[in-house]
Amino acid sequence: MRSDGSPSAPLGLKVAAACGLLFLHLPIFLIFVYAFTTEEKSFAWPPPGLTMQWFAVTWNRPDVWEALSLSVRVAAISTLVALVLGTLCAAAVSRTRFFGRETISLLVILPIALPGIITGIALRSAFSLAEIPFSFWTIVLGHATFCVVVVYNNAVARFRRTSGSMIEASMDLGADGFQTFRHVVLPNIATALLAGGMLAFALSFDEVIVTTFTAGQQQTLPIWMLEELIRPRQRPVTNVVAMVVVLVTLLPILVAYYLTRDGDQIAGSGK
Amino acid sequence: MTSAVSFQKVSRHFGSVRAVDMVDLDIVPGEFFAMLGPSGSGKTTCLRLIAGFEQPTSGSISIFGERAEGVPPYRRNVNTVFQDYALFPHLNVLDNVAYGLMVKGVGKLERQKAAEEALSLVRLPGYGARRPSQLSGGQRQRVALARALVNQPKVLLLDEPLGALDLKLRENMQEELKSLQKALGITFVFVTHDQGEALSMADRVAVFNDGKIMQIGTPEDIYQRPKTRFVADFVGSSNVLPPDFVQRYSGQHRWGSLRPESIRIGRAAKGDGVAARLVSTNYLGATTRLALDADGLRLHAIVPAGAKLPREGEAVVLTFNREHLHLMDEPG
Repeated sequence: MRSDGSPSAPLGLKVAAACGLLFLHLPIFLIFVYAFTTEEKSFAWPPPGLTMQWFAVTWNRPDVWEALSLSVRVAAISTLVALVLGTLCAAAVSRTRFFGRETISLLVILPIALPGIITGIALRSAFSLAEIPFSFWTIVLGHATFCVVVVYNNAVARFRRTSGSMIEASMDLGADGFQTFRHVVLPNIATALLAGGMLAFALSFDEVIVTTFTAGQQQTLPIWMLEELIRPRQRPVTNVVAMVVVLVTLLPILVAYYLTRDGDQIAGSGK
Repeated sequence: MTSAVSFQKVSRHFGSVRAVDMVDLDIVPGEFFAMLGPSGSGKTTCLRLIAGFEQPTSGSISIFGERAEGVPPYRRNVNTVFQDYALFPHLNVLDNVAYGLMVKGVGKLERQKAAEEALSLVRLPGYGARRPSQLSGGQRQRVALARALVNQPKVLLLDEPLGALDLKLRENMQEELKSLQKALGITFVFVTHDQGEALSMADRVAVFNDGKIMQIGTPEDIYQRPKTRFVADFVGSSNVLPPDFVQRYSGQHRWGSLRPESIRIGRAAKGDGVAARLVSTNYLGATTRLALDADGLRLHAIVPAGAKLPREGEAVVLTFNREHLHLMDEPG
């Protein structure tokens, strides 16, 4: 350990780190740049000219709006389903002991560990076995499988940090189950749920693999983008949409990060 | 007169574990009642049975004459001060204290006034705006007390109320709880594993072991006249004397107990003293505790500090007033 030496890293390491970061983020930067290019057939570097016209074009394309609206609706409903189911499951697992508790905990987390393609194929064959036609709701179900995990993980961590005697204290002071949930449980897990919900929303919003297997003719935004890359027509429109997707998913994740960080501080100072 | 709390043959089993086993108990209204016992003796389960967090497996419980089985905690006029205080971290002190009134639908101004009064009662006036996390352990304890008392419970339950406090604070709180109980006239039931706490605060003490009550009595009863070997040993670490030993001094073949402070230490053999050897001395400040070996029987004596003591390993003679030798119910 070099605890007495200078805290500065050697130059070679700095260059390597910079290269690594560039490798990660330069392509994203390029996506942004191509949203402004004047060339519409191929992505030529450097862009022959810069223009804002693609934003207007995108705004006027109804297929973009359809895909965006479908994605937002799917993400919102999946998140809602996940919030209810994830919280209930987390409460059961962290509050009580019962036979098979560990197994249930594992089974709930499994969908996020499983490759999306497995979840997708499994759901698709299950849907066709049960003769359920593909629809908006099959996409929601597919997304809910992994959204539940995110909410569950956040809620379970918060439940573990909140003292169980708080619920008893509330009952002791005259609050019934509903009042206890409203005045004690919910305020204590609210930030965890908000964080989990935002993360779930972001996950659902840019999901491709499971969606390919569970959607019929409908296109969510990521699927639409995939199709669009194959057909070279007004290509920069895809880039404009990509920028929107980045913003829509990045902001909730950032907010979620700050919310849970705050929650940790509150829980930590409570001793 | 109806009892504040009455247990009739109450049992609470968890699987094969008999946490509480056929307990009969009557707590008099207005008394300060202690449930004393080692961990796992069933005292806390008894408290939770009164609060309503547990339901009896069999037997019946009544609180001021009303049957309590099946009545949920929120419909009992009983409040609890929890061991970890269980304050709500998302509410400030005033809202914590006013919580019970809030869920009962008392208006905002009225409940805040009542909460302020309760805070003054526990000597924390003006602390309402703070968060529980900004308070010290002793202050949190007072808030928990105010939060329970603001509901004007008929019975106040305290689960190891002083367990987490340091010695000095604990002594202050003991006196304060005692005078608060006298002033309010509410029945206090508290659980503790500290026999000193139970003896100094309670009007009556129930000593628990293995889910059963071994003895109920005034602190003096429990201390001076233990009924069983367990009580003698647990309360004040009395010397438990085997029947053969007791027979020599009392003529009865029964287990006996002798308080360590009743033993006098002499150097020369005289009268009917017990020959013993001093094993070790343990300086405790106001007193000194001696470990003695009387022909294989391990005895403890407590002598005032400053008394002239023999050296460790030296032969001594023990004498005691025969009246201090207490015969227990258990036959030999």
